[in-house]
Amino acid sequence: MIEWVNIVLQGILTGGLYALFAAGLAIIFGVMRLVNITHGDLIVLSAFVAMVAIDVIGFNPFISLVVVLPIMFVFGYILQRSILNFTLGDDLLPPLLVTFGLSIVIQNLLLQIFSADSQRIKAGSLEILSIQLYENLSVGVFPLIVFIVAVFIIIGLQYLFSNTRIGRAFRATSDDAVTAQLMGINDRHIFSLSMALALLVVGIAGLFVGISTNFDPSAGPSRLLFAFEAVIMGGLGSLWGTLAGGIILGVSQNIGAKLDPGWQILAGHIAFLIILVFRPNGLFPRMRDD
Amino acid sequence: MINSSRYWVQRSTATSRLGAVLGIILLAVFISVPYWGGRAEMHLLVEVFYILALAQLWNLLAGYGGLVSVGQQAFLGFGGYMLFIFSIHVGVGAVWTVPLAGILGALISLPVAFLVFRLRGHYFAIGTWVVAEVFMLIFAQIIALGGGSGASLPVSVVRSIASSRSVREATIYWVALAVVVAVIVVIYLLLRSRHGLALTAIRDSEEASRSLGVDNFRAKLMVYIFAAFGTAAIGALIFLTKLRISPAAAFDINWTTTVIFIVVIGGIGTIEGPIIGTIIYFLLREPLADYGSWYLILLGSTAVLIMLKAPQGIWGLISERFELRFFPVQRQLRWTVNDD
Repeated sequence: MIEWVNIVLQGILTGGLYALFAAGLAIIFGVMRLVNITHGDLIVLSAFVAMVAIDVIGFNPFISLVVVLPIMFVFGYILQRSILNFTLGDDLLPPLLVTFGLSIVIQNLLLQIFSADSQRIKAGSLEILSIQLYENLSVGVFPLIVFIVAVFIIIGLQYLFSNTRIGRAFRATSDDAVTAQLMGINDRHIFSLSMALALLVVGIAGLFVGISTNFDPSAGPSRLLFAFEAVIMGGLGSLWGTLAGGIILGVSQNIGAKLDPGWQILAGHIAFLIILVFRPNGLFPRMRDD
Repeated sequence: MINSSRYWVQRSTATSRLGAVLGIILLAVFISVPYWGGRAEMHLLVEVFYILALAQLWNLLAGYGGLVSVGQQAFLGFGGYMLFIFSIHVGVGAVWTVPLAGILGALISLPVAFLVFRLRGHYFAIGTWVVAEVFMLIFAQIIALGGGSGASLPVSVVRSIASSRSVREATIYWVALAVVVAVIVVIYLLLRSRHGLALTAIRDSEEASRSLGVDNFRAKLMVYIFAAFGTAAIGALIFLTKLRISPAAAFDINWTTTVIFIVVIGGIGTIEGPIIGTIIYFLLREPLADYGSWYLILLGSTAVLIMLKAPQGIWGLISERFELRFFPVQRQLRWTVNDD
């Protein structure tokens, strides 16, 4: 019994990381209906940026965010402003195919620079610290930090979207870009800011993924799939939904791994497909998907 | 003064009639290759044929059906595994597993479509990718098929195609040629039929085509099933040439990546585009083979650039400039005016 409690608990904590993957995807879909296939590769890219920053600066990984976050923010803004803005429109093909092409370019550039070797960001004693909750039941400090950070980021994003000036601009542009323009909003700028904001979240997710698992230049696509599954399971456009979706994914992967190690990833995909059959709009649908 | 005009719809063009003649000559040359060509050339041509066939099928899906799938490797790998299952464990002749894999691929595409068609637009793409991952993870679990490390085609199965190596290679070559010709002919005829008109209408505007009574869902489903059929058959053919299969190789996203780049660079939404794209892909591959991932970076950036600056691709630019159409699927209105 306690074994299963443990499995579910660890799954929930992993769900926090998946929610971070998903939140970035949800932001840009929410604001500009763009599905970014490079999302996973950007997570891996930011893990590499963090790794380099840590190697160069040489201290606590968390401090590396001081360097990583501005880089990702600026990169996101430029990426959107110089490339992705030109793909937006009624036609589905350009955004999909352009982000797909960029995904291959980023993966192969990372491969050229860092080789195919598996990497990991060292976080010292934090990796093994844990809190004893009960007999035979303990949680790692680091997964707990990730989960708590994920919850705070979602609260922060929720606040930003509902209560701030820039949040209103995001929502207005999302609802009707043309009318928003008439009110003096530069939609191209707003789209670029939303991508920059998404990449801030990606920057944090990248550091966490680098500490908690091995990563290499080809690790992006599977992160994209986890992010995507969490977004769809949670319900398009709902930030809290991404946390719910992430938790479902994390718990089902952990249960699958318990049954058979080969079933870990498969169990997550199957949970996603089951929800797709019975709740195609996700658990907490907020926006229409078109 | 009364204007009485005569209208008619013209389909063939001067280039298409020339193209038909050239096509027949080219086909005759290709059929004869095993009698005079070297082993290396035949091997390369087999690869050209199956990549071109995959590109045509993906183009039909994305360029006409608006179904941007990045998970066609699900059907390709599935077809490959059907070759191994039916030739090793059931005793079906290896060559006959190619059409059989196609039929089974079409059948398995029905439940897959039931799932992925729930996802609209952009999310459909990633949904198909999830399905391909699920296929890979499931086949990796089947111990009888070698699990995660895969399996080799036994010598007895290979011998059963033909006892001599040259006959065997010629047989596989002709099967590959037959597959690519069949795929192009079927797509051409499909696009010229009333279903093709429906697909073209959907490509140009989903709302408008629906308002004119086109059943978008049915047309898309039909295209999806046909692409699954073709891709699975090609999968069986590919692994018949490779003689070895593993989940990672069979369900590799790179199959789809290559095909997407070929179609985008050549020109999406035309039959000529994938042909041009395939030729460019193979011409550049040989000299750039030593540069490894730089080749993919080059292809990827070219595809991005084309999508941004000239979304109709290289063929689109050529046909616009010179009014060339080798596969006329469009209808042109011609008229004469008689002044009485």
